[in-house]
Amino acid sequence: MTISASSAVAASRALTRLVRDDRGRLLSALVARLKDFQLAEDALQDAMVSAVVHWGRNGLPSSPSGWLLQVAFRKAIDRIRRQATAGRSGQDLELFASLAGEEALDIPDERLRLIFTCCHPAIEPKSQVALTLRTLGGLSTQQIAAAFLDKDAAMGQRLSRAKAKIAAAGIPFSVPDQDQWAERLEAVLTVIYLIFNAGYSAGPQSGVDLAEEALFLCRLLNSLTPEDAEVEGCLALLMLSHARRHARKGPSGAAVPLALQDRTLWVRAEIAEGVLLLERALRRRQIGPFQIKAAIAACHSDGETSDWPQIARLYDELLAFEPTAVVRLNRGVAVAEAGDLAGGLAAVLALETELSAYQPFHAACAELLKRAGRHHDAVRSYERAIAMAASEEDRLFLSSSLELLLQQQAV
Amino acid sequence: MKYMLLIYSDPANEPVYGTPEFGKMMEGYFKLNEKMQAEGAMLSGEGLKEAETSTTLRVRGGKVETMDGPFAETKEHLGGYYLIDVPDLDAALAYAVQIPSAEYGTVEIRPVMDYNPAP
Repeated sequence: MTISASSAVAASRALTRLVRDDRGRLLSALVARLKDFQLAEDALQDAMVSAVVHWGRNGLPSSPSGWLLQVAFRKAIDRIRRQATAGRSGQDLELFASLAGEEALDIPDERLRLIFTCCHPAIEPKSQVALTLRTLGGLSTQQIAAAFLDKDAAMGQRLSRAKAKIAAAGIPFSVPDQDQWAERLEAVLTVIYLIFNAGYSAGPQSGVDLAEEALFLCRLLNSLTPEDAEVEGCLALLMLSHARRHARKGPSGAAVPLALQDRTLWVRAEIAEGVLLLERALRRRQIGPFQIKAAIAACHSDGETSDWPQIARLYDELLAFEPTAVVRLNRGVAVAEAGDLAGGLAAVLALETELSAYQPFHAACAELLKRAGRHHDAVRSYERAIAMAASEEDRLFLSSSLELLLQQQAV
Repeated sequence: MKYMLLIYSDPANEPVYGTPEFGKMMEGYFKLNEKMQAEGAMLSGEGLKEAETSTTLRVRGGKVETMDGPFAETKEHLGGYYLIDVPDLDAALAYAVQIPSAEYGTVEIRPVMDYNPAP
């Protein structure tokens, strides 16, 4: 039998779209019933291979997702039967067989459980990120590897190690209890935020925009956990930051700091939506670090200029949740921007020992020292910041700032 | 699933006998023991004598090498363990966090290998 090229293309296009939208949902439904991450993934893969052939020949079924789920169950049963020593009881097989036989399968949404499993603290942070993108975002191993500048094989190994650990260590496929909720949710939001930041600094790469992925994941989480102030706060933070994406690089490719960005390039509708979401979150009176960070982002975006005194106060609040040197650095910068240059600079310089390996520290010192007229020290900080810059955009921006300073001195 | 909770600590950081901290630690262990018993999670658990009492042995090329002291030269030593049977890792972590030594030492949670005998 020959399958015409056009129907093959149509079927595989339909499958790609479906997998993009529904992979997480299908996978979570499979994991929930099979209680085996790897088996679920393999079975879904098998079902997708079948789909290309069947759909190419017979056209799309009336419920493509239901079709995939049914076939995946059947494929899982095949796999279990082949592994005679797998120790599955006959009862299990009967149960799965009855599931596979159901006519129109109603696909339960188990993605919240899937998110918490992927972001379990017993899994290494980088693997949490990779696993979340693979299972819920539906990205391929190759796409994830490219986004994090890793080799395909290394990323593949990382993913299989993480899945093996889930099975071997007994990481549950469940939503955490109330007493664990806040802590575990923060771990999930941190993963989403990491994905966003990776995308924000890299921009779209090899067809993958990690910032968009993070927004997709955060919207998904928000729909699965309605009325959670921190989820709303995180989504607001991502929206407010993403709204500035067209302004963050100048024509030369250099990074443009917030204060110098062309505000006409900001997507006003997205900022308004982010602010609205943040206001809804704040009304719930369950303050948390993501809401505070979103509030800081809103202070930058909402008016004609950034509201620095308010930003400094918000960093004070954030310190209660995250008493880190990086937050103190940002607070120091805000204090300086709000008018107290000497006080802000002193607070920043006091962090020297803790943050000497942190590039943004040197960039902040350079700017504040320049403003304070300490040009000699500023030049040294610029040189360090340039040497440590992680991206070409940052390097370009800092180099041109340093050049400007040296020209002023020469005059 | 069965898990071994391996309790490591540096004797220098442990509460000293007779101090209120020592009393608090003992009370914590006592309560945890009771709890794990009552909830049917506990399979076994023992405290070990200090690491200086340890003897290490290996056989190399048919020759037995016996040495004084623990296996690894580290500050934190294995001081005791619990073997528990609970549904999943989260349940194991929930007990581990109640081990008083976790506040100054380290607890490793290790799943026990299951050979899964055929039904």
